[in-house]
Amino acid sequence: MKVKVLFFASVKERLGTEAEELELPAAVSTVAALRAHLRARGGAYEEVFAEKRLVKAAVNQDMVPSSAGIKSGDEVAFFPPVTGG
Amino acid sequence: MKISVQKEDFDLGAETRAFSNPAIGAIATFVGVVREIAMTLEHYPGMTEKALRRIVEEAQGRWQVLDCTVIHRYGALQPTDQIVMVAVASPHRGDAFAACEFIMDYLKTQAPFWKKEAGKGWVEARASDDAAAERWQLKPPSAKSAGKT
Repeated sequence: MKVKVLFFASVKERLGTEAEELELPAAVSTVAALRAHLRARGGAYEEVFAEKRLVKAAVNQDMVPSSAGIKSGDEVAFFPPVTGG
Repeated sequence: MKISVQKEDFDLGAETRAFSNPAIGAIATFVGVVREIAMTLEHYPGMTEKALRRIVEEAQGRWQVLDCTVIHRYGALQPTDQIVMVAVASPHRGDAFAACEFIMDYLKTQAPFWKKEAGKGWVEARASDDAAAERWQLKPPSAKSAGKT
């Protein structure tokens, strides 16, 4: 399945990329699984998506917990805790 | 209701004068200002507007809100620049004050904005902001209700 993945703020800077289209194995069907999938790339991805690092996620522009499901065509975003206002 | 995410500055007086509902008896406003250090604000276009709209709708469910304007700027900002404004119009002041504070507390933890300070890097999220949102004793508006609306 295909998803669009977006990165923001410090996550974007550390990875050196802001968006990509990903073709995922069917087993990668939750945000947690996608985190693990990205972590397995190694390098900056391994650091950014390390278990204890606080990286928030949104699916289709709603903030979600890691247990949230993802399906083909979704827009998934990863970013640090927000600091607006 | 007016939600705007913009680079340009805003005029609080002009925004509140635009409220025209004759049932309005009180308008509470908040303006956030850049303190001491120049910064750049990044946001997530699309999600930002959606999150702000949901925060205001949550306030409308709890208090009498006859009209509401939320404007948040992004891009490069200098000390003393305005960053954000919230204006809430209600029949009476109690609802206006409470809804205005609630919207700011939730915006701080739910709206996808990130500040980067000149020469210092990305601003870390503060636990005190989470605590401020949690004292309203409510689930984050964008978390559990996401699938139902």
